[in-house]
Amino acid sequence: MSHDHDHDHSELSDIELRVRALETLLTDKGYIDPPALDELIETYETKVGPKNGAKVVARAWSDPDYHARLMEDATSAIAELGFTGRQGEHMVAVENSAAVHNMVVCTLCSCYPWTVLGLPPVWYKSAPYRSRAVRDPRGVLAEFGVTLPDETEVKVWDSTAEVRYLVLPLRPAGTERWSEEKLAELVTRDSMIGTGLANSPFHQGSTA
Amino acid sequence: MTLPDAVKSTPRLPLDQDGGPVFSTPWEARVFAMTLQAHEAGVFTWSEWAESLGAELAGDDIHDQQPQGYYDPWLNAFEKLLTRKKVTGADQLAELKQAWDEAAHATPHGQPIELKRGNT
Repeated sequence: MSHDHDHDHSELSDIELRVRALETLLTDKGYIDPPALDELIETYETKVGPKNGAKVVARAWSDPDYHARLMEDATSAIAELGFTGRQGEHMVAVENSAAVHNMVVCTLCSCYPWTVLGLPPVWYKSAPYRSRAVRDPRGVLAEFGVTLPDETEVKVWDSTAEVRYLVLPLRPAGTERWSEEKLAELVTRDSMIGTGLANSPFHQGSTA
Repeated sequence: MTLPDAVKSTPRLPLDQDGGPVFSTPWEARVFAMTLQAHEAGVFTWSEWAESLGAELAGDDIHDQQPQGYYDPWLNAFEKLLTRKKVTGADQLAELKQAWDEAAHATPHGQPIELKRGNT
């Protein structure tokens, strides 16, 4: 699918058109109820996708060459692990450090790197998150339970139809000898959006 | 997230360790959920669905447990079963698809795409 830089109108892929046509038809006939459908879909939102992203992050933490490739060309580095988008979105990895914390939003609509993160959480699509992430990122982070040192700069990245971001969170302290598989378990979905941090090995338990 | 046993026994359905469904794109979750709801509304039995999907998968060279690519045949099978059950005609789906395409083109990027419809 070609993405020119024409943002005047929207474009749905052939498959999305087929799915929407079916939804309209089944709704008209009374066989499906869109609010109930949305509710059902929300129960899937944490499924599989975040695990793909977690593998990418764990590999980048463990393998300096992979890390370099990811920062250089995230689309290809992610494809190396077998995760490819169907619409050829361009992926960019942004790395957290003591100096910079990255956070991703899509102010315009709700573009989301679902190839690596699965279905977007409901709040990601919500108007308050979209409008406040840019204006008051620290306030939004605080609501997610994340407080950063004053000297850490917060950078907010606005996704578009062409570019999707993956946050590479800080590797938690105390994980020096950990295997990639074990590291991946510490990588939460929210840490890859930048609204959370990777779990600490000392108090694991967050599921998001 | 657990699924009814009948649903879990769907041919080659990709599942995670917890027995939940696995998707690689949002539309896949949507078509999966629509299939469940149409079944629950009594449009078809789950074994009719499994048969329809099985026939579609048979001609398809995909690997087990690979979510990506699994829902293309699923969508084909769903359209065919609904046509066979006379819920829709092929023309009707084509018209709706066309209407959605026009709606998308008439909608500025970033705004929700809505289907404007006459009183048909």
